[in-house]
Amino acid sequence: MTSQEIYDILVSQFGDSILEFSDEPLAEYIIVDSKDWYPIAQFLHDDERLVFDSLMNLSGVDFGKKADQMEVVYNLFSMSHRHKINIKIQGPREDFVVPSVESVWRMADWFERETFDMYGIIFEGHRNLKRLLLPDDWEGFPLKKDYEVQEYYHGIRVPKVKPKKLN
Amino acid sequence: MPDIRTEEMVINMGPQHPSTHGVLRLKLRTDGEIVTHIDPVLGYLHRCFEKHAENLEYPQVVPFVDRCDYLASMNNDHGYAMAVEKFLGIELPERVEYIRVIFAELQRIASHLVALGTFGLDVGAFTPFLYCFREREMILDLFEMTCGARLLYNYIWVGGLSHDIPEGFVEKAYEFLDHFEPKIKEYNDLLSYNKIFIERTADVGTLPADVAISYGATGPVLRASGVDWDLRRDEPYSIYDRFDWDVVVGNDDVGSVGDCWNRYYVRVAEMEESAKIVRQALDQLPVDGDVKEAIPRKIRPDKGDLYFRSENPRGELGFYLVSDGSPKPMRVKMRSPALANLGVIDEIGSGWLIADVVAILGSLDIVLGEIDR
Repeated sequence: MTSQEIYDILVSQFGDSILEFSDEPLAEYIIVDSKDWYPIAQFLHDDERLVFDSLMNLSGVDFGKKADQMEVVYNLFSMSHRHKINIKIQGPREDFVVPSVESVWRMADWFERETFDMYGIIFEGHRNLKRLLLPDDWEGFPLKKDYEVQEYYHGIRVPKVKPKKLN
Repeated sequence: MPDIRTEEMVINMGPQHPSTHGVLRLKLRTDGEIVTHIDPVLGYLHRCFEKHAENLEYPQVVPFVDRCDYLASMNNDHGYAMAVEKFLGIELPERVEYIRVIFAELQRIASHLVALGTFGLDVGAFTPFLYCFREREMILDLFEMTCGARLLYNYIWVGGLSHDIPEGFVEKAYEFLDHFEPKIKEYNDLLSYNKIFIERTADVGTLPADVAISYGATGPVLRASGVDWDLRRDEPYSIYDRFDWDVVVGNDDVGSVGDCWNRYYVRVAEMEESAKIVRQALDQLPVDGDVKEAIPRKIRPDKGDLYFRSENPRGELGFYLVSDGSPKPMRVKMRSPALANLGVIDEIGSGWLIADVVAILGSLDIVLGEIDR
């Protein structure tokens, strides 16, 4: 199934919650409203025409202060129908809340935790939302573009590394 | 004796433990000797590779990718290079594609050899480890004569390779294959069909196919569960569609589909298939062609994003790249196959003895450098 057909099915089912669609090379995505993301995810997983049984990847993106925008990207694949789609959810850089789909695709459990760990995006409804890679008492979210390393961690000075100017 | 319950105890397996293949800590909740819940604690090797990548230009990320999965550096380089090339729409010379496939498959054999050897160690068989490392050494010699490094190569670059293969490489590679192919029988005699080994691994930690897919398990772990899926065949990238080889899937000849033995055996059989691919690639290798010809001077992809996945020895290695049009990536997300594979440990490890958890963890073949990134 092509992205266009998948988009049409979603629009007929969820109407206004499907915000944007692009089919360009290097920009194939459907943007959905975060409020309805959980039922949409369940629909994508269960509907017989779609059967997106495999979540390939889940990733957060920070577009920086200027754009004042963050994004969560879900790359979905169907093992039985062999088609794929990228779903994006956009939100503000602070207090970004997205419904958790950890019960739809079990893989999302750790990947949502990692995204929370790195971006501070709250996945509402996650059964165990805590940091995955960093220590529980670490301050800040490292992959945010304006992240500053904390000065001390348990009394140990954290070395500041400035990104070198290249070229 | 299920009706006798003892007091629950929490045991820390790791971070320093010989069977965790690195610094992984598993918090085991146990009832007597039976594990009731496994809670992995990750991040001991975390160095935020993705933040580093955002501050570097595209070609400079390659050495970092090397260090993520240090047992399969070639495959990681290959995956990353292909992702960026797809971004830029670069066509590669034939010779580069062939050399890349040869190295990726040799690396797959080397990585699986470590997996077999250390899995043997985990369940108490020391000798096969030495046999496996004997053959791995020969592969590392081939890599060393090509690019000088034995573990972290920085060999596959965006758009090409760092060096052409040296004189005598092809002959030595054939020599290796002639030596290696009969050795697989040796591993089978020593370990695969060893009675004690089968008792330890067959029917232990069975992973059903639908659970594996839901957890995003890929590679040998998924195939052992009976799912006939390999990106090299099903989403052919590079030039994999030109070779004649089979995808190995788990069966119930010895244990049951999806158990530790099958996860182990899929790797053994895959090495044979990889050797087949290397042999065909060596036969067809074009004689001339400049391996640096297609390397772009300046890499500035257009605005946009893409997700590219390739088959690493551990499973689906994906790169999600976002570009804002500058020479540095805006976002590099590495979808680590070992991280997704390790996710199933609680699902399949609970209810087994502590000693079985060691076997189950070994059969997943994790590399912590890649899990923690």
